[in-house]
Amino acid sequence: MQPFTRLTSRVAVLPVDDVDTDQVIPARFLKITDKVGLGDKLFADWRRAPSGDDPGFVLDRPETRGARVLFVGRNFGCGSSREHAPWALCGWGFAAVVATSFADIFRTNALKNGLLPVALDEVAHAHLRALLDADPRAEVTVDLEACVLRMPDGREASFPIDGFARRCLLAGIDELGYLSSLDKDISRWEAEHG
Amino acid sequence: MSTPPRTLFEKIWQRHVVADEAEHPTVLYVDLHLVHEVTSPQAFAGLAARGLGVRRPDKTFATMDHSTPTLPRHLARVDAAAEAQLAELERNCAKHAIPLFGLDHEHHGIVHVIGPELGLTQPGRTIVCGDSHTSTHGAFGALAFGIGTSEVEHVLATQCLLQHKARTLEVRVDGALGRGVTAKDVILAVIARIGTGGGAGHVIEYTGSAIGALDMEARMTVCNMSIEAGARAGLVAPDDTTFAWLDGRPYAPRGAAWDRAVCAWRALATDEGATYDRSVTFDAAEIAPMITWGTHPGMGMRIDGRVPSAESVDDPADRRAIEKALAYMGLAPGEPIVGQRVDVVFVGSCTNSRMSDLRAAASILRGRRVAEGVRALIVPGSRRVRLEAEREGLDRVFREAGAEWREPGCSMCIAMNGDEIAPGQYAVSTSNRNFEGRQGKGGRTLLASPLTAAAAAVTGRVTDPRSLLAS
Repeated sequence: MQPFTRLTSRVAVLPVDDVDTDQVIPARFLKITDKVGLGDKLFADWRRAPSGDDPGFVLDRPETRGARVLFVGRNFGCGSSREHAPWALCGWGFAAVVATSFADIFRTNALKNGLLPVALDEVAHAHLRALLDADPRAEVTVDLEACVLRMPDGREASFPIDGFARRCLLAGIDELGYLSSLDKDISRWEAEHG
Repeated sequence: MSTPPRTLFEKIWQRHVVADEAEHPTVLYVDLHLVHEVTSPQAFAGLAARGLGVRRPDKTFATMDHSTPTLPRHLARVDAAAEAQLAELERNCAKHAIPLFGLDHEHHGIVHVIGPELGLTQPGRTIVCGDSHTSTHGAFGALAFGIGTSEVEHVLATQCLLQHKARTLEVRVDGALGRGVTAKDVILAVIARIGTGGGAGHVIEYTGSAIGALDMEARMTVCNMSIEAGARAGLVAPDDTTFAWLDGRPYAPRGAAWDRAVCAWRALATDEGATYDRSVTFDAAEIAPMITWGTHPGMGMRIDGRVPSAESVDDPADRRAIEKALAYMGLAPGEPIVGQRVDVVFVGSCTNSRMSDLRAAASILRGRRVAEGVRALIVPGSRRVRLEAEREGLDRVFREAGAEWREPGCSMCIAMNGDEIAPGQYAVSTSNRNFEGRQGKGGRTLLASPLTAAAAAVTGRVTDPRSLLAS
């Protein structure tokens, strides 16, 4: 896993609440035995090229090309536990998702793949939305060392993150190493509880 | 010194803490790990890449359900990708000596149906699976929740998970359910009230006289959809109903061990005086048959009500969500939902594919015909359920009504196995998710109970099942 320290990027704005993981990656693409190739299938059923007055789906607009931050509403990633959702987001090139809240399983899955869930309070979230609506090419900086998101106007918003997950992301190490180091504790529990 | 009163959740949690170091998540021991073909191959590959084995294959059980066909075996083939996934699971289970209940095994079925029916699901256990509907097993007073594939790898390697302790939410339902109102209606009413994210960060414990009166299969239906309210897990305290259901199951304790187990299980119930972080209460008598009108399970309504309009809510985000959902569903705001055209009826899934569900559907279909132009699919949750239904003659009821009687599997709930609806079609389904495209790209799903689904099958319209029940 690549270490995550700081990221400056344009933002793809998808102002929708309760985006479920069936939208992120539809079930028909889950018939795989590895983690690769899902980036092209991200939001497969919502993809739509710009045409005439139709601005198209956010990922199909030229101004979001190369964006590594996805901006969404509340309760992002609800529904299915499929880790294919963060695999698809990472495969597309996203490294952070900004929301007001995340579904529990999605947040856990994202952190284990180096995808940073950034939960802003509603005021900061609305402020950032307004800035991005005004300038869709504006950049934000997500700083995991300081746990702040710097907006295009220089304003900073802090975001919460579990300390252990943060240390793992900063170092680019996964969490299984810690669990494996506890072998004696696990054996002791097994001996006591049968 | 007496211990302070504890909830059911706290008792199970505390017993399973392996380590709780400062600045680290709690390390929680897993008693039972259920594995299926779709969320496990990358976890096994991860083990191989690290040179790790499976720590406790004796606490790990595998089945095939998501990408499996439900047609008779000689006709069954989904596609090469699905078959490769099944072959991968067979190889991984053989390599690590994990019991596999494959397509031709007598224990085969949907993972959340077979765990309980085999007696693997027991009160007080911690149970995980790479599937969000693992919350089903909470019906037995087990702490059961879905995990991602990285965590599947963690559990395979260490039999443990890193966890932050959830808060507790009591959902109390008191009183008696009305005629034609089932567990599915209860949970759809709960989610409609607290919202699709209303249980986030929480473990729900369902309490109250209406929950206590539910049989085990009904409790499974309720706990199954806890995740649709965003909760980590759902729990019902184990009681005599639980013990009677488990007694004699293949993996349940026997003899003196059974007596000791029941004694320990009785002590699991939440203590008098223990408190929950939040509580919400429902009056069972006020719950009507429910159906969803939108694109997440929180968008539910009484079947005798009217489809909501964006103007009926104040929050602009909620307004946009209603407009977006109605546009996808092709439904008009303010209109009754009864009478809406239905193309497909699906009775099945880990929510509603057990004997009581099939009996409920049969009670409506017996002596009636599926309406012309409607496709009705009845998919039992397991081989055991299928055989028992056939012993009772339910398969004949379904076939004579013109419904399709299938082999067990997730089927149309997930639409990655050949069973799906076409773009624009309306399906009344007993499954758990009405997300856009969940049952097939462009398909429109209305979630409801087996009674309501069967009623839609015979009329070809959304129908209040109470109008078809024998008096």
